[in-house]
Amino acid sequence: MSRLIVFLIPLVVIAIFWAMARYESKVAHDPNHKTFFQRNGTALGVTFIGLVAFWTLFLVALPYLYMGVESFHPRLPPLERGGAKDFLTIEQYRSFLVTPTDGLWNTTHMGAFFFTIVVSTAVTALNFAICYPLAYYMAQAGTAQKVRLLMLGLIVPYWVNEILRAFSLRLLLASKGLINQMLMGLGITDGPIDFLGNNTGLYVGLSYAYLLVMIFPLYNAIESLDKNQIEAARDLGAPWWRIHKDVVMPYAKPGIAAGCTMVFMLSAGSLAAPQFLGGPRTLWFTSIVYDFFFQAFNWPRGAAYAFILLAACIAFVMLMLRLFKVSLGETIK
Amino acid sequence: MSSGVELDHITVRFGQFTAVNDVSLDIRGGEFFSFLGPSGCGKTTILRTVSGFLDPSQGSVRIAGQDMTGLGPNRRPTALIFQNLALFPLMTVAENIAYGLRVRGASKPERKKKADELLNLIALPDQGQKLVSELSGGQKQRVAIARALAVEPKVLLLDEPLSALDLKLRQHMRNELREIQKRVGITFIYITHDQGEALTMSDRIAVMNDGVIEQVGGGKAIYDEPATTFVASFVGENNAFPGKIVKADKSGAMIETAVGELRGRNPKGLQAGDAAVLFVRPESLKLGKNSKETSFSSTVLNVAFEGNASHIFLKGPGKKGLMLTVGRLDGGKIPGQGATAALSYDPELGLVLPVGRMARE
Repeated sequence: MSRLIVFLIPLVVIAIFWAMARYESKVAHDPNHKTFFQRNGTALGVTFIGLVAFWTLFLVALPYLYMGVESFHPRLPPLERGGAKDFLTIEQYRSFLVTPTDGLWNTTHMGAFFFTIVVSTAVTALNFAICYPLAYYMAQAGTAQKVRLLMLGLIVPYWVNEILRAFSLRLLLASKGLINQMLMGLGITDGPIDFLGNNTGLYVGLSYAYLLVMIFPLYNAIESLDKNQIEAARDLGAPWWRIHKDVVMPYAKPGIAAGCTMVFMLSAGSLAAPQFLGGPRTLWFTSIVYDFFFQAFNWPRGAAYAFILLAACIAFVMLMLRLFKVSLGETIK
Repeated sequence: MSSGVELDHITVRFGQFTAVNDVSLDIRGGEFFSFLGPSGCGKTTILRTVSGFLDPSQGSVRIAGQDMTGLGPNRRPTALIFQNLALFPLMTVAENIAYGLRVRGASKPERKKKADELLNLIALPDQGQKLVSELSGGQKQRVAIARALAVEPKVLLLDEPLSALDLKLRQHMRNELREIQKRVGITFIYITHDQGEALTMSDRIAVMNDGVIEQVGGGKAIYDEPATTFVASFVGENNAFPGKIVKADKSGAMIETAVGELRGRNPKGLQAGDAAVLFVRPESLKLGKNSKETSFSSTVLNVAFEGNASHIFLKGPGKKGLMLTVGRLDGGKIPGQGATAALSYDPELGLVLPVGRMARE
């Protein structure tokens, strides 16, 4: 039954496409307006629709749908799938709140969940604080040559793959790592500071990992701001921080929202940095999801957890957009 | 209340390039003062130096007797109106106007009072809640002026603010700007490459070229008594007859030009043998002959009818043609294309100046 739904979806998508084509010819007031097929010819039109349909269906819609359906099933050995014990259930979602084995609140997983959200929020804020001055400098203040150099300096380190980058940061921050040795050598601390255990590594790693994702939307937004606006504010007596607060940031709001949304989503869903740079007691929510899929082979529960994270992230982002009065459309401008 | 601006040997260099070269000037309080010149002459650089966005390489700016050296634009008693106005698009009209007060920490009622007052001054009452994008070009212009006036500057600086408007509106805004200036009584410094704007609005004009001031004076003086060939050729239309002085006497000088020997006033006291240029304005040229010393003839190339006047273009002494303007009511037959026309002028309206740089066409 449930798997039938999955295969009904293609028909629904095709129906939507057809309805869109109908709607288009209806709203076109121009009597000379050509329909989609008239414009492109039947062969090309069918190819376009076919390709887009394939892409949306098989690469976007179906995998998520399959996971979504999976998350509402009990965990069963392959032989029992589709059998008498296979029915739709919310037990996987329930297990996030209440541990199935002992019936107590599942504080471990809920704790990891909130920790992930809170840390991702903090990382996003930290990332913004680092990237905003850089983006402003590149977009408005710097000379063309310096900006090119800076851009190169920002991009080239990203040629190094994520795992290598995370491990080198780990080496740097380890108890006997370079930073601790320097601090002790200078006599600032007596013993090594546990940067990895106290999650400093996690923050540094996550912030660094998504630096570019924040910088470029900010840069794009600030770059199109008329310099005269900044000068006008300055001429009217505004100190520098007011210029940013009143003129630059409101103007760059769509870029800020886009950058923050992406950094938040990517941080909350990241796997490498929390695993390599988090402390031994640090439990990142995606690591739990990962373990359900690949250690416990409990795909339904893993899927349910992944959807909980996804839903929470979307809700959180929507809330933030509402709070800062940005529409979703603006963030993709 | 009104305060003057003194430029004391201002030089501004950008690398090797000298944008403003040793300019000294005394702009009186309450004056409508214009800097007129072609683009790249350094007028905008002077404006940015007065407003504090640029530090002069040498020299200093004094406003109301106070040295402004080291003070940023946010700490000078000036307000700048940008060429593109630079209104804040995300704020309402009232918020735009009151922005300067807001950053100074003025209370909300105070801000509202000032905004209302200025909206009345610019004849846009009850439009405060509109967004800037909802206004017309002329209204935006007025909002920009109100925003600048809100901080009660001693000097208002205007950087070609009318250049984006269409002709009719531009002429209307000239009168309006002048009106506003008279009402608020502060010093206006106006930058323009449009001589019409400068002549109609200003008490005094500084004509600039290549970073130096060519002449300072009232509109009439600049037009009638240009001090250099640049001023004569840049301000208004002018016919130039380059040549050599053959005779100088009390009443003027005779100059040998390509169209013959002609007479003109000689305010610079040029001597026989000096290279010089005779200038005669198109409206000073008349069809027909008079005395031999102020008459010549030329071939008509083209006639342009412009309603209130007709412009006759003739073959000139150099590469550049001559232009003669006949008013609609002046009477007389306008010669056709290709005809040879006799031309003359009042010797008092011919001006002989030492040879120098001309304005680019």
